[in-house]
Amino acid sequence: MGIRERLSGNEAVAIAMKQINPDVVAAFPITPSTEIPQYFSTFVSNGQVDTNFVAVESEHSAMSACIGSEAAGGRTMTATSANGLSLMWEMIYIASSLRLPIVMSLVNRAVSGPLNIHNDHSDAMGARDSGWIQLFSENNQEAYDNVIMANRIAEHEDVLLPLMVCQDGFITSHSIENIELIEDEKVKAFVGKYTPKHYLLDDKNPMAMGPLDLQSYLFEHKAQQAIAMKNAKKVILEVSEEFEKMTGRKYGLFEEYKLDDAEYVIVCMNSTAGTVKQTVDQLRENGVKAGLLKVRVFRPFPGEEISKALSKAKVVAILDKADSLNGQGGALYEDVVSAMYNEKLTIPAVNYVYGIGGRDTTSKDIKSVYDDLMEIDNSKKLDNPYRYLGLRGDK
Amino acid sequence: MQNLIEIRWHGRGGQGAKTASLLLADAAFNTGKYIQGFPEYGPERMGAPITAYNRISTEPITIHSNIYEPDYVVVVDDTLLEVVDVASGLKSTGAIVINTTKDNEYLKNVLKDYEGSIYKIDARKISIETLGKYFPNTPMLAAIVKVSGIMSDEEFLNDMIGSFKHKFAKKPEVIEGNMKALEMALKEVEKVK
Repeated sequence: MGIRERLSGNEAVAIAMKQINPDVVAAFPITPSTEIPQYFSTFVSNGQVDTNFVAVESEHSAMSACIGSEAAGGRTMTATSANGLSLMWEMIYIASSLRLPIVMSLVNRAVSGPLNIHNDHSDAMGARDSGWIQLFSENNQEAYDNVIMANRIAEHEDVLLPLMVCQDGFITSHSIENIELIEDEKVKAFVGKYTPKHYLLDDKNPMAMGPLDLQSYLFEHKAQQAIAMKNAKKVILEVSEEFEKMTGRKYGLFEEYKLDDAEYVIVCMNSTAGTVKQTVDQLRENGVKAGLLKVRVFRPFPGEEISKALSKAKVVAILDKADSLNGQGGALYEDVVSAMYNEKLTIPAVNYVYGIGGRDTTSKDIKSVYDDLMEIDNSKKLDNPYRYLGLRGDK
Repeated sequence: MQNLIEIRWHGRGGQGAKTASLLLADAAFNTGKYIQGFPEYGPERMGAPITAYNRISTEPITIHSNIYEPDYVVVVDDTLLEVVDVASGLKSTGAIVINTTKDNEYLKNVLKDYEGSIYKIDARKISIETLGKYFPNTPMLAAIVKVSGIMSDEEFLNDMIGSFKHKFAKKPEVIEGNMKALEMALKEVEKVK
């Protein structure tokens, strides 16, 4: 039946980690994810988990320790945000290329500078090509559920890739909301025991990890990582289906909200999707066929499936909470549009960069996007497909 | 109770407006509601103006943004009345609740553009009498419950004793004083207009 609770997003993730009881957690505190290792270290001190908690001196060391312990054969988790992830940069590529299924909770925050501690997705978008699976979460419930599913996905033998579960810093990480927790024993049975096939401390099968890999093999190894990333799509769906049987909560590669007959569609990720849902409901009351496609799985990118889901729309807006500063458009926009091209889907698509550095995104902002979509549809004109939402001054 | 009630808290860093918003979320949660309780994190330091928010609903809440058109506003520190536009967007069908000892004429004048109801309470007096120290958030919590009618006095007090037992597990001696502060505040909140 689940346990009715009220928790912040950070508390929810820490409790998921407690229920998973990993072998090792190595983390360095950084706003707004600090509370996750803080709460978790309390569970360690209280003996509620038997995890080896490694309090390191930097995020570079945190990821290095995670790599060491996961390579040794231990189930390993961590949490970070923004500049913490930046400092891990060198090591996150090593984690994915060594095929180590580390699970990270990434509480999204703007990467400096200038210094800003608030939410946007510039940290996650920076890591989008690093070979990590990336799941996004609308609220505390989804952050919790995604973490419960994470190890099963990452550790699957067809995948073996690290995975990050993203949620919006402060907006969900520090907001108390209702949540339904899963009973400890059910989580334990669902997550299962970690029995890696290959690991460094297996003295019967000695192996090396991360040796020199030059012209003759690196290309093939990278291609294998790409195959694993493609495989992850199927595994995510399988694990999500099993999760649904346990909890009744359905997860796919993305969520379709009133999308079936929608003419005007917003595509976005994380907490803004909740605000979009509320706006969609209001617009529907006035007879506007508005809809939402909320991306849950950003890596691997479900391009084909997204294109199909958008195929009946008249106009689409893709919202990016990070600017790629490339003169062309945000990361989600570019992925969606290139997927649409592959599927020969030629409906107008417009990009809005929004919410940078924690700029609040209101229902009014979202309503203005739907108004724009209707205007594009009526005028059959789309002059500037790369726009800002909520920016002061000239757009 | 209407479907969704939105509340905005104005205080100064250190006065416990954030904690009060979380306690209110807790109390509403315990009566079966869907809730949100969240502060707006700025450059937080002792004495700086801070804002916190509550949404309380009978239906699941999906919106994730700050509150610009609240049903109720709570002002924990009356020195903010001339510094921050505390009634900004406040619905005229709602109310503002102020911790103050200022007279009614001053309050009506400083909020002359606001058409809705104004309530006041001397949270300092209540806090000093019951807790021996100035913690305005406990009386203000009771005041907003009374004014908004989110739950009955009895439901609220029954629930808060549980919350305080949990919150003050390591300082049980302050539970009685906090409960007294709530009871007094429920009685003493006074309508200005």
